[in-house]
Amino acid sequence: MSRLLPYPLLAVSLLAMWLLLNGLSLGHLVLGSVIGIAASNVTAALQPPRSRIRRWHLIPRLVAIVLVDIWRSNVAVARLILFPAQHRRVSGFVIVPLELREPAALAILACILTCTPGTAWVEYDSTARKLLIHVFDLVDEAHWIDLIKNRYERLLLEILA
Amino acid sequence: MSHAADLPLWASLIASFLVLLGASLTLVGAIGLVRLKTFYDRIHAPSLGATWGAGGILLASILLFSVLQSRLVLHEVLIAVFVTVTTPVTLMLLGRAALYRDRSENAADLPPPIRSDGETKSGDAI
Repeated sequence: MSRLLPYPLLAVSLLAMWLLLNGLSLGHLVLGSVIGIAASNVTAALQPPRSRIRRWHLIPRLVAIVLVDIWRSNVAVARLILFPAQHRRVSGFVIVPLELREPAALAILACILTCTPGTAWVEYDSTARKLLIHVFDLVDEAHWIDLIKNRYERLLLEILA
Repeated sequence: MSHAADLPLWASLIASFLVLLGASLTLVGAIGLVRLKTFYDRIHAPSLGATWGAGGILLASILLFSVLQSRLVLHEVLIAVFVTVTTPVTLMLLGRAALYRDRSENAADLPPPIRSDGETKSGDAI
């Protein structure tokens, strides 16, 4: 199992991508599986860090939370851009201490934070384990630290521990 | 779009709404990119187009082609995934380059260095 499939998640993702691009049929299922297994074996030569997903059932919850948050911050940022006079906006940097160490989890957090229009990931230091983000509408620093730590980081720690 | 006439009314209404929503969000993001004053504010604006701006248009595309072809067309999901995964790369590159420039120029309103060990230079003190 592990010799044939060193990175099962990668093989399954490649198969899913193949089927999405070519349509679902038995022939493409076989061809996609062969490509998935072959490509993930080639990738093994690069020895990317392996991460294990512990709790699959929390992933839909994280996705839902992130989609809703991105929608809300889209609306908020759009309003701030279109009507700058309504609200005196102060932007600024926030330093967030992180407990996450897993590279995959950090990458997911980076995707979440950069895709949310109000926040941008600027710098992360792995020795100090601190993250520097820029916030578009900075009302309260503690609120943003609390949001990242309790809303995203805790779930990511549970999913990819 | 020769088959556009075959589209039922409900689908064309929802699809047009989604396309307009995505296009407006992208436009607002572009306006923000022009109107905002500082670099760090500006990097927030294009995220509108990269998230729900693209999302709205892709959802409309999924709906339109699924209804027209009477089967689930989902390969737009791949576009969404790749846009989401690649956005941080560009943004971090730009953000860190700007931060490096500002720190080496000792610009005002800079964040304190996050590294606490001896690697910070004495000139960084605020």
